[in-house]
Order: sequence, then structure tokens, then C-alpha cells
Amino acid sequence: MVRVEFLGPIQKEPLELDIENLNQLAAILQADKSLEMWLENSAVAVNDTLVGSRDVVLQDGDRISLLPPVCGG
Amino acid sequence: MLSLYNGALDVPTILKEWYEQESASNYGAYIPFVGTVREEDGIEGLSFDIYEPILIKWYEAWKKKAAERGAIIKMAHSRGDVMLHESSYIAAVFSPKRRVALELIEEFVEDFKASAPIWKYDLKDSRRIYALDRSTAIAGSGILGAKS
Repeated sequence: MVRVEFLGPIQKEPLELDIENLNQLAAILQADKSLEMWLENSAVAVNDTLVGSRDVVLQDGDRISLLPPVCGG
Repeated sequence: MLSLYNGALDVPTILKEWYEQESASNYGAYIPFVGTVREEDGIEGLSFDIYEPILIKWYEAWKKKAAERGAIIKMAHSRGDVMLHESSYIAAVFSPKRRVALELIEEFVEDFKASAPIWKYDLKDSRRIYALDRSTAIAGSGILGAKS
């Protein structure tokens, strides 16, 4: 199982999913229309490291975070 | 040094602490940047969420970059609500000579705006409204979207 967390303004509870890669995650999240905008503008981190493509193999216990557009300061 | 506080920053105290920490470190330049909440579009203040694990990694990478140029960077930021004319952000560079400090403070603050995992909300009519139009997508965003 992997845990998916939605950070900042994305109002969604974490998910526990039985998936092996980010293509599977994309398919699951794209089916949720409330996430449509967030999927286009959010960065993705696996275990707190940002990833630049879906080419990532997930391990049991991994934690995925979606980071929407930022504005500190 | 990265310091996170609940609510507004005590700017004079933080600037003084940083000054005193480095006063005998032989740095010729100390350049602070202080971000203060301005009255704009009828807001009562701003509010911030921070994702600390990635913020700490981002800051550590900058600390290393600064060290390669003989400089150090300090940063303080607020969590939660910060009202008008209060401050939510301080960054500062100490370096042997002014040029490195002037360049680094600009690079650091610009990258902070574009990359640090902090989310800003306007406080209006006692509501917290995400400031999407002033926010920047982190480099590499959108990989889970249908367009990618």
C-alpha cells in the first residue's frame, strides 16, 4: 500500500492505495473530477523528494504528496 | 538557520539575534529582506500553510550553495495568520563581501517564491481564500494530469 497526501489548499483526505507506479495513480486520480485542476498544476513528491516524471517504481509503504502552486513570503 | 513561528514574526528581535550570532564571524556584509503584509484588495491579513519536510530539504540545498560561496543564509517564516502591517518572512545573507550577499539574497528570495512548499491564503470577511492567482506551480508540476 502507498499513502497519497494532498497538501495545502487541496481539500481532500489522504488515500491508501494498492498501486505500483505513478501511471496507475494518475488513472485513479484523473477519475476524480474535483482534482482535475490540481493534477495539472501540482508537483509530486515520493517520500518527500520531488519527482519529474511518472517513471518511478513505488514500494510498499511509500508516501506520495501532491504540492499545488506555492506562494511563500 | 531556518526558523518557523506561529503567527507574525518579531522582526526586531530576529534581526538582532541574527546580527549578534554573526557579529564576530568576520562577515563584511549582512543583507536582510523582510516581507510585510500590505493592505490590498480589502484583505485583513494573510495565512500560511507550510509542508516542513520538503521546506527543510529545499533550505538545506540552499545552505550548501551559499557555503560554496563563503556565505550563510538564515530564514524565518510564519505559520498561520499574519495581519496587515505584520511580517511573515525574513531572509538574510551574511558573506565576506557585499557582492555575493547582494546576488545571493536575490537568487534565494526568487527561488523561495517559486519553489518553497508554502501556501498563501487571503483573510477576507473571516474566510481563508487560497491565493491561486499569485501562486507559482513548482517546476515539473502536472505529471499526474491528463495533459502529460
